[in-house]
Amino acid sequence: MPRKKKTKKVRKGNGNNPEITVGAIITKPGSSMANKTGSWREFRPVRDPSKCIKCGFCWMFCPDNAISEEFVADLDYCKGCGICAQECPVKCIVMKKEEK
Amino acid sequence: MIEIKIWGRGGQGAVTTGQIIAIAALHDRKNCQTFPNFGVERRGAPVEAFVRIDKEPIRLRSQIYAPDIVIVLDPTLINAVDVTKGLKDGGTIIINTSKKPKDLNLDKKFKVYTVDATAVAMEIFKRPIVNTPLLGALSAITKAVSLKSMQLTRAR
Amino acid sequence: MAKQVIEASQAVAEAVKLCSPSVIATYPITPQTHIVEHIADFVSNGDFDAEIIDTESEHSSMSACIGAQGTGVRTFTATASQGLALMHEMLFVASGMRLPIVMAVANRALSAPINIWNDHQDSISERDSGWIQLYVESSQEAFDTIIQAYKIAENKNVLLPVMVCLDGFTLSHVWEPVEIAKQSKVNSFLPKYNPIHAFLDPKKPITQGPVSYPDTYMHFKKMQHDAMKESIDIIKKVNSEFRGKFKRGYGDGLIELYRMNDADYALIGMGTLCSTARVVIDNLRKEGIKAGMIKVKTYRPFPSEAISKAAKGLKGIAVIDRDISTGYEGALYSDTRSALCDGKSEVGTISGFITGLGGRDITPQHIEKALKDMIFGKGTKEDWLF
Repeated sequence: MPRKKKTKKVRKGNGNNPEITVGAIITKPGSSMANKTGSWREFRPVRDPSKCIKCGFCWMFCPDNAISEEFVADLDYCKGCGICAQECPVKCIVMKKEEK
Repeated sequence: MIEIKIWGRGGQGAVTTGQIIAIAALHDRKNCQTFPNFGVERRGAPVEAFVRIDKEPIRLRSQIYAPDIVIVLDPTLINAVDVTKGLKDGGTIIINTSKKPKDLNLDKKFKVYTVDATAVAMEIFKRPIVNTPLLGALSAITKAVSLKSMQLTRAR
Repeated sequence: MAKQVIEASQAVAEAVKLCSPSVIATYPITPQTHIVEHIADFVSNGDFDAEIIDTESEHSSMSACIGAQGTGVRTFTATASQGLALMHEMLFVASGMRLPIVMAVANRALSAPINIWNDHQDSISERDSGWIQLYVESSQEAFDTIIQAYKIAENKNVLLPVMVCLDGFTLSHVWEPVEIAKQSKVNSFLPKYNPIHAFLDPKKPITQGPVSYPDTYMHFKKMQHDAMKESIDIIKKVNSEFRGKFKRGYGDGLIELYRMNDADYALIGMGTLCSTARVVIDNLRKEGIKAGMIKVKTYRPFPSEAISKAAKGLKGIAVIDRDISTGYEGALYSDTRSALCDGKSEVGTISGFITGLGGRDITPQHIEKALKDMIFGKGTKEDWLF
């Protein structure tokens, strides 16, 4: 079968969308980094460094891996779930409303 | 086409008997097919195996209902099942028993042969491998497969 | 090479050995078990190098094949009946991820009531899973089809998994002469595996099995469907290439015709019943009835064009199903009728027959009755031949 025809068929299937790959493969790794979930946030975690005992609970419990080893939330990805504030044993993190 | 049915009890070698006949038939340059009557096999339960031999390719894949030859590996099966069921008129039945054919009260329309295969096997192998003497008897009586080809299967 | 009298299950195993998959997932289920037992023997004897994964269920077996194939190696597994049913969700994952896995299915009835014997209900129930389905009627065809299956599956325009369906017991446990091909010959037909599908490679990271939203899912499905349709040509090509090399072929790879040149009536069926049907057709010819057979080898993709062409102008067709779409009719009958509604085939009567369920022996009498009932106008949509 001539190659031209084949290409045409595939195009028909993927509706000319280059993101439609055979077997639904994502060919560029790290695509979740492009999705900045920080925009979902309604409450922002604010840490009081003077109270912080650097236990690392917030870092460990963050489901989005959005807290650095210096215990600072990366606001590009923090969804504001509040788990860090909940788990902090000395309650040095408070959730502040984003909207003024 | 020659159709053979083998009666035995689970573990006695009815299926193996069929396989040896089929392999021997191939040595005779004939086509062959063998299969058990598929069941939930248990040691001691009556089992059947079937063999087809033909010069032409064998296409029939149903079970064998009207065999030309029946081989019975165990004398007690004669009272347990109808071993001649479906056997063609004038068909051959070879039975492992110490009795004489006339003492078995089988229908006169069949050619009945008996071999004391258990005694032969115990004497030669010291174990009740009854199918080997019966395979020899099958070759001698029916020529369904040659004795030479039957012996060749041993080399496997 | 000389023929050997071996069990069909061993013929499948011998073919798998010659194709040398690197990973074989195994889980025992009657009547398939002999296939993987033979393969395990080969591997432990060092006949070929493969990783055998004894899984805890068929669901895991298929998952193991998906995972292994996803790393870019050839895989194999085999199952039957409840095992295939348990694989159900993973079958869709394998085909959706476009992984060219090959699996043998020793067709067996589905519970309940529990039954270990042959019918086609298990694989017919998976006909929409996106797997190519090939049905065979002899040990030789089983052997040859496994080798062809890898070649079809791995074609860059296909990349779909293939199920090779052989009748449980009725074929899987039959010993008959089989010609085992030489390794060198198989190698020249099916080269060493070089994955062209996406696979995991640390140097070229990708993501497999991501989420697909409503804006893309349908496109993936359409692509899969297009590939399945494209496989029709590939199956034909592989069959004719196989015939050129091994001097054996099966019709055009999709359907096989028997005495159809001048036939007025045809039987349509799949699997071992087609072998017995050849004897019946020869006998009917002696009676003066011009009967023939269209054996369906490829059931998915369904060869509707080939069937329509072969059936053109026939006075009647009897379709024998070894399955039942409960509450309607046989699956092959539905598909055949739909294929013949193209306005081109001009077939007279099309009757459907259900027989051979749960290991009910299909004798020449069953097939003769089906053909004669159809010919003499007694056939319906679903006559049950007990």
